[in-house]
Amino acid sequence: MVSRDPAVRQERMSSNSRLSDQVSAQTLWLIAVRDRRDRAAFARLFDHFAPRIKAMLMRSGLRDGASEDVVQDVMLTVWKKAAQFDPHRAEASAWIYRIARNRQIDLARREKRPVPDELAEPSEVQQDAGQIVALDQEARRLREALDRLTPDQTAIIEKAFLGELTHSEISRETGLPLGTIKSRIRLGLDRLRHELKDLRKE
Amino acid sequence: MNQPSHHIPEELIQAYVCGMLPHAYSVVVAAHISVCDECRTRMETLEAVGGAAVDTLAPIALSDSFKDRVMGLLDAEMPVMEKPKPKGIFPGPIMAELDGSPPRWRSLGGGIRQQVLNEGEDGTLRLIYIPSGMAVPEHSHRGMELTMVLQGSYNDVEGEFKAGDVEVAAEVTNHTPIAGPGEPCICVTATDAPLRFSAWLPRLLQPVFRI
Repeated sequence: MVSRDPAVRQERMSSNSRLSDQVSAQTLWLIAVRDRRDRAAFARLFDHFAPRIKAMLMRSGLRDGASEDVVQDVMLTVWKKAAQFDPHRAEASAWIYRIARNRQIDLARREKRPVPDELAEPSEVQQDAGQIVALDQEARRLREALDRLTPDQTAIIEKAFLGELTHSEISRETGLPLGTIKSRIRLGLDRLRHELKDLRKE
Repeated sequence: MNQPSHHIPEELIQAYVCGMLPHAYSVVVAAHISVCDECRTRMETLEAVGGAAVDTLAPIALSDSFKDRVMGLLDAEMPVMEKPKPKGIFPGPIMAELDGSPPRWRSLGGGIRQQVLNEGEDGTLRLIYIPSGMAVPEHSHRGMELTMVLQGSYNDVEGEFKAGDVEVAAEVTNHTPIAGPGEPCICVTATDAPLRFSAWLPRLLQPVFRI
């Protein structure tokens, strides 16, 4: 959502130009969709994520046509809910993953998936380019850590995060090989926690 | 609300993010994350793992004109499902289970009340109301019991649990939570199956009240 306060908007724009060479393209596109309803940026997000979300859905057993119906829902939700995207707390892929998984679970279950209450809308929060860049760097390190997993470990991660949604799997799947990943992103977590405390104070 | 000091175990947050946690437990996890910065951050970290996993998937081609269709729908009105808002002591995920209404308590005797919010094959979700100083009848339960305090506090062998705190009790635990001083203690709790009480009277009442 475009902030109504011109000062905030101005601050945002100069802050965004500082982000442009340091943050992933996907996150920048999503910020452009959020702040300017930028259709070209949305089209790029679509080109990147839609075929991958389709792949995720087909892994869990949806057929071609049915999976595209869900992809459509997910991408339209990305467009409509972009105002809630907060790059201080998530990069684009994590935020879109949440939307896609929510939708997938709603379809698979009788009940709607319970989701936590949102924090204050990011449009009300002063943008901190340093924090956004730091989060993006942590996410990059996370990808590097994932790349170093063995094929078996990668298969377990993919099955848990992208695969079918069965309860019976919990006990077997909880031993995910996340140790290395966690140590890689611990710093980022601490930073996030501080950030969150600051947000609460405002 | 002060930040909680008893948190959701890592494996439950993981199961929640991956979509592998039964509904009743997911409600308690989502309710706790609503008020807990630490667990929210842990959830977001796991979502970052999910996002990275999506990014590395080999794309599957979309059908012709699919993109044009979606782009053409950007301005269309989409029915927006309003998410239930938190109200009073109840976070949004609990308000959703209450369908937006105040609790409809049912007396269990001794001032203790409950409302079953959801009951399914893979878990039961209920609100429990315990007057200050009262004990929940000693009980064991099938499967894991996940409890979050919404108001007041209680004590059991594991310590003191205040508003926002969660406790996980294993199947074998035989525990007697006693509500703390002050406001009545209100909790939301997820169990795998109807609780089995150890004391004989409550056990007789069990089929009646489905506790």
